Amino acid sequence: MSVAEYLINSLLGICVVFFALILLIAIIVIMTKLNISDEPRKPKNAAPAAAPAAVAMPAAPAMDVPLAPGTAGDLKLYNTDPRDAAMIMAIVADELQKPLNELRFISIREITPDQEIAPDQE
Amino acid sequence: MDNALGILSRLWETSGFFLLVSDWRQLLMIVIALFLLYLGLVKKFEPLLLVGIAFGMLLVNLPGSNMYHPELWDGYIAGNVTITEIFHEGGLLDILYIGVKSGLYPSLIFMGVGAMTDFGPLIANPKSLLLGAAAQLGIFAAFLMAGLIFQFDPNVAASIGIIGGADGPTAIWLTSKLAPEYLAPIAIAAYSYMALIPLIQPPVMRLLTTEEERKIKMDQLRPVSKKEKIIFPIVVTVFVCLLLPSVAPLLGCLMLGNLFKESGLTDRLSDTAQNALMNIVTIFLSISVGGTALYDRFLTPQTIFIIVLGLIAFEFATMGGLLLGKLMCKITGGKINPLIGSAGVSAVPMAARVAQKEGQRANPSNFLLMHAMGPNVAGVIGSAVAAGFLLAVFGG
Repeated sequence: MSVAEYLINSLLGICVVFFALILLIAIIVIMTKLNISDEPRKPKNAAPAAAPAAVAMPAAPAMDVPLAPGTAGDLKLYNTDPRDAAMIMAIVADELQKPLNELRFISIREITPDQEIAPDQE
Repeated sequence: MDNALGILSRLWETSGFFLLVSDWRQLLMIVIALFLLYLGLVKKFEPLLLVGIAFGMLLVNLPGSNMYHPELWDGYIAGNVTITEIFHEGGLLDILYIGVKSGLYPSLIFMGVGAMTDFGPLIANPKSLLLGAAAQLGIFAAFLMAGLIFQFDPNVAASIGIIGGADGPTAIWLTSKLAPEYLAPIAIAAYSYMALIPLIQPPVMRLLTTEEERKIKMDQLRPVSKKEKIIFPIVVTVFVCLLLPSVAPLLGCLMLGNLFKESGLTDRLSDTAQNALMNIVTIFLSISVGGTALYDRFLTPQTIFIIVLGLIAFEFATMGGLLLGKLMCKITGGKINPLIGSAGVSAVPMAARVAQKEGQRANPSNFLLMHAMGPNVAGVIGSAVAAGFLLAVFGG
């Protein structure tokens, strides 16, 4: 194969990869536009749902259920999404090389840049 | 007395110890196999595969073991030997190697990978597919160098290039079809560099990005519905396999495994694909790939060139992803952290974890893992497409 053939094949190859993946982007965008979701679609002209009857429902009694054996208890989240919190806990467990069930997280708080503690203040 | 000495002498001459000292290269291969075992067992470099590969290498290089006969496979490629003859005359590893040669094992491994992969981050941020495509630059850069500088045949150059896809099963699948004689060095280079991603990528990441870019925090990804996750593998299979039919075995199995996982109705199949089947195939694949590393075929200057080109392929792949990441960062006004581009090299999930670590190094409150998973799984699709292209062009 000549140098030109090598170059053409390489260029064609990377173009095919980009073309295939751009095609997939288009498919995903179309899927998103079609609003494929798990929730059933609301009919366009449906009358607004009637306001719930103001029936005084008795509040569920606050049950003081004992925690299950082995549980780590409650985790308090401040400005943190549960999904992020789950990821943070997984990363910490991985970094410490300890199983997640051997660690106890008390709370997770998002620290903004102005709240960050300088290393010499620790 | 003379008779007894004669028997002992014949026993010694037919023993492996006698044959071993007759050719130093076998001894060297045993040392290399033991070193790879050390890397797998002690240093934990991809132990699930490297241990099997190293042990296969050890077995075939023990003189007299007769477990693998490359001459039979040469005859099969030339059309002089049939599969039936291989069954009759071959050793254990010849029979296991049929699964490599037919492309069975890499495809089944891909089914397990699909059953373990969450395409959610990719569907939530489809732009990350571009990063997965850019990171395939390594494949074509190594292909060019292998062909133009190191003067490999085009089909061998294509097999060497695919190391840059950082995807073991894809590399084995393509190499077994285009350049089976180089299967062992290419597979070993691919898996070794995948294990070394935490060492290979960070210097390039720091070189090509600024501190400010690495600090960029990305917006949270949108939730992806179950229906989207179910439809995705089906449409990807249809469109990509229509575009490149040669990639159907790999991509089809990847997406079938993912459909098992996402449908929610085939949990047993998903569990089998990602555990029992994956483990069985990994054993067969690793030992038969290691078995192709016979001393007279492995100890050549070409093996060293392949190891060097593999590293170059990985570095170019990382650079490709990072450079497009930088461009996307500029275009979006700093909404994309370029580090996630480096995860486009496949090597799931190691490359995404490296992007996460580097991002957090620059900004401790930065969590890029989910964002990097998008390009990471896009890289798996991208490398499979690149392999399909190379097979279509050089597969005859």
